[in-house]
Amino acid sequence: MEPLDQDLAEGELELPSEPMLLNMGPSHPAMHGTVRIVLELSGETIVKSDVQIGYLHRGFEKMCERGTWTQIFPYADRLNYVSPMLNNVGFSLACEKMLGVTVPERCQHYRVILGELARICDHMICSGAMCMELGAFTPFLYFARAREIIWDIFEEETGARVTHSFGRVGGMAKPPTPDFKAMIRGGLPRVLQMIGEGEKLILKNRIFLDRVEGVGKISQADALALGWTGVCLRSTGAAYDVRKSHPYMTYDRYDFDVPVGTQGDNYDRFMCRQDEIRQSIRIIEQAMEMMADDGPINIDDPRIVLPPKADVYTTIEATIQHFKIVMEGIKIPAGECYSYTEGGNGELGFYLVSDGSGTPYRVRIRPPCFPIVQGLSSLINGRMIADVVPTFGSLNMIGGECDH
Amino acid sequence: MSKKVLDLLKEKFGAAITETHAQFGDDTAVVDPASWRAVAFFLRDDSRLSMNMFTDLCGVDFHRQRAEGQPRFEVVCHLRSLQHAHRIRIKSRVGDEEGETVEIDSLVPVWRGADWFERETFDLMGITFKGHPDMRRILMYPEFKGHPLRKDYPANKTQPLIPYREGTQDKLFPFREDEGMSFGRQTFDHRNDRGES
Repeated sequence: MEPLDQDLAEGELELPSEPMLLNMGPSHPAMHGTVRIVLELSGETIVKSDVQIGYLHRGFEKMCERGTWTQIFPYADRLNYVSPMLNNVGFSLACEKMLGVTVPERCQHYRVILGELARICDHMICSGAMCMELGAFTPFLYFARAREIIWDIFEEETGARVTHSFGRVGGMAKPPTPDFKAMIRGGLPRVLQMIGEGEKLILKNRIFLDRVEGVGKISQADALALGWTGVCLRSTGAAYDVRKSHPYMTYDRYDFDVPVGTQGDNYDRFMCRQDEIRQSIRIIEQAMEMMADDGPINIDDPRIVLPPKADVYTTIEATIQHFKIVMEGIKIPAGECYSYTEGGNGELGFYLVSDGSGTPYRVRIRPPCFPIVQGLSSLINGRMIADVVPTFGSLNMIGGECDH
Repeated sequence: MSKKVLDLLKEKFGAAITETHAQFGDDTAVVDPASWRAVAFFLRDDSRLSMNMFTDLCGVDFHRQRAEGQPRFEVVCHLRSLQHAHRIRIKSRVGDEEGETVEIDSLVPVWRGADWFERETFDLMGITFKGHPDMRRILMYPEFKGHPLRKDYPANKTQPLIPYREGTQDKLFPFREDEGMSFGRQTFDHRNDRGES
């Protein structure tokens, strides 16, 4: 055996200079979501990177071509499983755009409130997971606790905590429960308090700030060219929010701000999310004021909306109506349409092609995090390997949505 | 506002814009595949349009829907302008009924963001983009054969990387052969389970 205290000349101690290939993922403890990043390293610096997705591909678009329009709602839930309500509402609006119908005002406020609650969950989990991956586990627990409160509201309203499948073409599955407003009025202050407590733990923490400030920077022109939308684009200073720029439902009637950043780094993305949570709470408060306590939720069109269950069992007309919708599906006029809403991560688009039958001809989803993850490579090239973790965390990749 | 976009396009390109419509309020221009990239550059660079937000790109398969000799695929691209807040959809019809060589110019030189969208369209729909820097599969694995979103790709076909155990068909117990996704308007289930005709 060679002696350990071998006396080597200085020159022989040099590290090998050829680049090293390193696989990060598809299952990596410091990254949520199944994504694989092949890194070419020179020492600890990333020279080149290749982001590979597709580990969660389930053939969403192919599945949609096999059933009726209504059967897509459970699939839409599972696209972005952190804010399924926004996907449900987004898909309902796409179908309603083709049908040329508008849901009653009460339902629009109801959709806004549920959607904004989902957005709060989405942003909280992204911020929490980002902190957790940087070693700060406690803020994640605070945010997860706050999410429990919102999930309890969802459970009461929809019967499910995560995948609600609550949207319908022409309305919602059920009207609001009698305690809906009281639950939100009771829950939101506690959510806000927990978010504040969670933020206090990290926003003055030197370790956290050093790893997010100035890391993962992108210019506004680059972000636009890459097709970024949502928080990631707004952190670069471009105030594009679908809710403000192309108001849908009743968003033009609420008073809310669009938080923007200046640097486009991880810190700005984190802070934009935190500010948007507060804006969402503002929207919810106004929507609750405007929402009537009674009135119809669904549109009155027997070709689109299922009849009440009691009638289905007692009258022949309702039985036929029910049968036609369930077996043949809602007939959506032939043509094509692109409908876009503000999802958790950005513009969530549905491009639908119908041939006039009860089955979609083509359903295309434009997932907001697909172009965002596309830009990850350019954010981490030239940085240290440790910067991958906060940068990836702040982009909020949702595997189900990104991989279709 | 957006009517102006279509007018400007027609004025500039004339016969290369074969069709326009604004169904459901979405302005659409059907572009000749030969001027696909030229139209894209014009949309991006003209100050009256400045479509700087690349939103979406996908393909649609009209297998056996078109008249004889008509192109089978549509490449659909959605764009938006940050300054003018207007949108447009441009489409181009490519490919023959066989779907062997379906080609169109890549838009990556115009918008960097087209990169992954074109890879996805290539992967799932089998449309090749000429001039794309890195035409690989993105969602499916490299060993995958065929393009799953084409209408003639059977929905229940599987391509396992590790072969099934002997005697096990595509559906595992307790599901039988005929269970699951049994209906659909246009299926190609007359083919056998492995998708071979």
